[in-house]
Amino acid sequence: MIPETLLQDPVVSALTAQFPSAVQSAKLAYGETTLILDPAQIVDVCRFLKTEQNFIRLSSVTAVDWYPREPRFEVVYHLQSLEKNRWLRLKCPVSGEKPEIDSVYSVWRSADWYERETFDLFGITFRNHPNLKRIMMPEGWKGHPLRKDFPIHGYKYSYAEQQ
Amino acid sequence: MADYETLVELAEEAGEPQAGTTRRMTLNMGPQHPSTHGVLRIVLELDGETITKAVPEIGYLHTGIEKQCEVRTWQQVVPLTDRVDYLANLSNNLCYCLAVEKLLGLEVPPRAQFMRVMLTEITRINSHLVWLGTSALDVGAMSMFFYCFREREEILRLFEFFSGQRMMTSYFRIGGLALDAPRGWEKWIDKFLKVMPSRLDMFEGLLNENPIFKRRTQGVGFISLQDMLDLGVTGPMLRGAGLKVDARKDAPYSGYEKFDFDVPTRTENDVYARYLVRMAEMRESLKIIQQARDGMPGGPVTADAPKVVLPDREKMKTEMEALIYHFKIVTEGFRVPAGEVYQVVESPRGELGYYVVSDGTSKPYRVFMRTPSFGNLQALPTMFEGYPIADSIASLGSMDFVLGDTDR
Repeated sequence: MIPETLLQDPVVSALTAQFPSAVQSAKLAYGETTLILDPAQIVDVCRFLKTEQNFIRLSSVTAVDWYPREPRFEVVYHLQSLEKNRWLRLKCPVSGEKPEIDSVYSVWRSADWYERETFDLFGITFRNHPNLKRIMMPEGWKGHPLRKDFPIHGYKYSYAEQQ
Repeated sequence: MADYETLVELAEEAGEPQAGTTRRMTLNMGPQHPSTHGVLRIVLELDGETITKAVPEIGYLHTGIEKQCEVRTWQQVVPLTDRVDYLANLSNNLCYCLAVEKLLGLEVPPRAQFMRVMLTEITRINSHLVWLGTSALDVGAMSMFFYCFREREEILRLFEFFSGQRMMTSYFRIGGLALDAPRGWEKWIDKFLKVMPSRLDMFEGLLNENPIFKRRTQGVGFISLQDMLDLGVTGPMLRGAGLKVDARKDAPYSGYEKFDFDVPTRTENDVYARYLVRMAEMRESLKIIQQARDGMPGGPVTADAPKVVLPDREKMKTEMEALIYHFKIVTEGFRVPAGEVYQVVESPRGELGYYVVSDGTSKPYRVFMRTPSFGNLQALPTMFEGYPIADSIASLGSMDFVLGDTDR
């Protein structure tokens, strides 16, 4: 559901005209526009926003874990248009059982490390990412630390116990 | 973080040399290397002197700050933000506080806003001085390092005077400042404002026309504006390529719209241009500090929000309510309405963004830090590949990253 005030927004109205089923809901809070999108259409929507609406910068990609709610994850994108001098937040719900979403690397190259970081810390797989490896944690690490069911101290207190 | 296998893989890809061709060499730079300014590791593939492939490896300083934020109360997160970017700690404090204040709907009094602007600009000079000293040292100008650290010492003493701490100040709190500036602060600022311009003149006198410095930096470290925007580069690097972007102008926060300053840009798009941009930025910061010092309003330094801001010590001895609020804030913390906010400030390194999510409890549900160093470092392979290895040190210095900021 999209509120009346946002339907008059030129970016939102152009997007809904082009992709009628993509925007599941939207909200305007604290002066920031948030669009909740269908994850299957994320790459098309992003390409449209970049080429037609001048959102030439992808500032960041991250995720929020709403464990134990389902769909568990929200992948969050922050876009900036320098020409319009405005920001846009896109969110895609992703299920906890099979956390997968398409990579937007083909649209913005800056997605590379941000998606790797999200994969590393949340365990969300980005399809078609050129180099989806851990970036923060060591390569042999088990688990994804920013998930809510990952304990703050980790699974072990010392390496001595592990031996 | 990759390991030894990455190196082997790269070496195998390069293979045995064909007749009449050269053999490519794989070189490991870092993680302990003096010019990586921290623990950054770069795996370089070289064809003679030319870099054909560069793979940066980060994560050596990953401390899980974002995870730690989730188990602390809102106010307890402030000292963690200091440690993200330890050269621009107040910019991080400011960004986090502004985000939470937005969620709370708090209005910070003008005196606190002016103090915040003034000290954040001093932080910018502090950070740029460290950058100037270390990156000039990288290209061989050793004396700059000593001069810059001498000035920085003055700034750290100033911070200690204001907050009691030299580096990890945590001076900005949700709702205002930790405490009002100590008596006589104007004298310290005046002294700083009097000394600093002549010191900047001296630095520019040493470097601007220095033939060695110019040969090492001019025409070095080129990366096209299109690539930079696509790769998420921000800050002085973009301004060195002629793009006038600055969050202080584009989306003013903390009362920056009341100050008169320019956003310096250059069009050469090389290491030298970035150097000139940062020098000009320091002068602009001095202008802002002067304006803030002259126009400093009176009044309180904390918002009128008894449920968020700790009460006055004296009040606690006479008023029961103040004591109750104090107890509540210290034990449980305060609740922040559910919602999400993305606050962007201009840190010395570029765009610093905090994405803060609240679920209505007294602890943040999620704090994501969009740090400028992480974004800028992504451009490293594009900047390195195809250029000589000797230039890489100068280009690396011009990016001005802090590894704590990259790895969080």
